[in-house]
Amino acid sequence: MGLLSLFRSKPNSASIAKERLRIIVAQERGSRGGPDYLPLLRRELLQVIHKYVNVDPEAVQINLEREAGNEVLELSVALPQKPPD
Amino acid sequence: MTEIIVVTSGKGGVGKTTTSASMACGLARRGKRVAVIDFDIGLRNLDLIMGCERRVVYDFVNVINGDCALKQALIKDKRLETLHVLAASQTRDKDALTEDGVRRVLDGLIADAFDYIICDSPAGIEKGAHLAMYFADRAVVVVNPEVSSVRDSDRILGLLASKTHRSVNGNGGVKEHLLLTRYNPRRVANGEMMSVEDVKEILGLDVIGVVPESPDVLSASNAGVPVILSETSDAAAAYEDAVARLLGEELPLRFLEEPKRGFFARMFGG
Ligand SMILES: Nc1ncnc2c1ncn2[C@@H]1O[C@H](COP(=O)(O)OP(=O)(O)OP(=O)(O)O)[C@@H](O)[C@H]1O
Ligand SMILES: [Mg+2]
Repeated sequence: MGLLSLFRSKPNSASIAKERLRIIVAQERGSRGGPDYLPLLRRELLQVIHKYVNVDPEAVQINLEREAGNEVLELSVALPQKPPD
Repeated sequence: MTEIIVVTSGKGGVGKTTTSASMACGLARRGKRVAVIDFDIGLRNLDLIMGCERRVVYDFVNVINGDCALKQALIKDKRLETLHVLAASQTRDKDALTEDGVRRVLDGLIADAFDYIICDSPAGIEKGAHLAMYFADRAVVVVNPEVSSVRDSDRILGLLASKTHRSVNGNGGVKEHLLLTRYNPRRVANGEMMSVEDVKEILGLDVIGVVPESPDVLSASNAGVPVILSETSDAAAAYEDAVARLLGEELPLRFLEEPKRGFFARMFGG
């Protein structure tokens, strides 16, 4: 390690890369080989959800699970925290 | 038995051609009969890396179109007797490669008793990349420890598992290996670059080689001599190890640690 790096206190960018990849790769694997309408479905679902709550696209996850010949479409929406009353 | 190996990546410029040339040389140096084919139609480059660019008379598409016999288009390497190069065509016709045409060329090479056919894939997931992988028995997925390269590799792994002759016909699928290249141990140690373990974990594949970032790759391509033939180079040794692993030898990975450097270089992180 060089002297200069002793003064660097940036977050470890390799671990950020790894974490981001882990999530996106899992998501893309989940929809791989799935029906072509999946991206469109995701977009439309987002629009519907948006009518009621203001969530970030990142908060909506769609996964296609395959188990023993069954396909299960799994939708998860992380709702924003309620503002304190 | 001929084994067809595709060298692929999705993302461009990660080191497929460098890898194809070196692995082909490494196999030939061990006495295997090898043909290495450039699938990058319109952007012929393998010939330059192999140093045979001025000897290209007929190309891959000429053979497919019946303009010449396969033997006439195969360029014999001047250094290694059992090594042959089939150059890409410079045509701009996107439909020059056909599944049937590629199959006929590969069948010709199989009939000629080649041990290995290395298919240097173009970047992307279009026709050229698709056909380069379609008939493969094995795949060497070249990846740089960088987010877009890793993601694209995963995309390619998906295609290998679904859009290849072996996957479609249920012949046990294509055997996949990961080859990390442009690896910079110093940056890994500093937490600036993902490590072999990181990439391995994300893609869930066995690693057949780790090639360090090396200035020798550029000088090798300048000279038209595949880097595996540069005697004192770490990159050459890393490719040689990868070839050995491809042939089933078990070797520990090397060049994962920063080489010892002089005081000055250490101080200023050169
Ligand atoms: N280990 C390495 N160290 C340093 N430079 C490298 C290394 N491997 C490849 N390169 C350089 O990276 C560049 C791209 O390499 P190469 O042509 O092999 O990639 P490619 O994947 O075939 O590209 P394309 O997608 O355009 O076909 C070249 O300039 C090459 O010299
Ligand atoms: Mg290339």
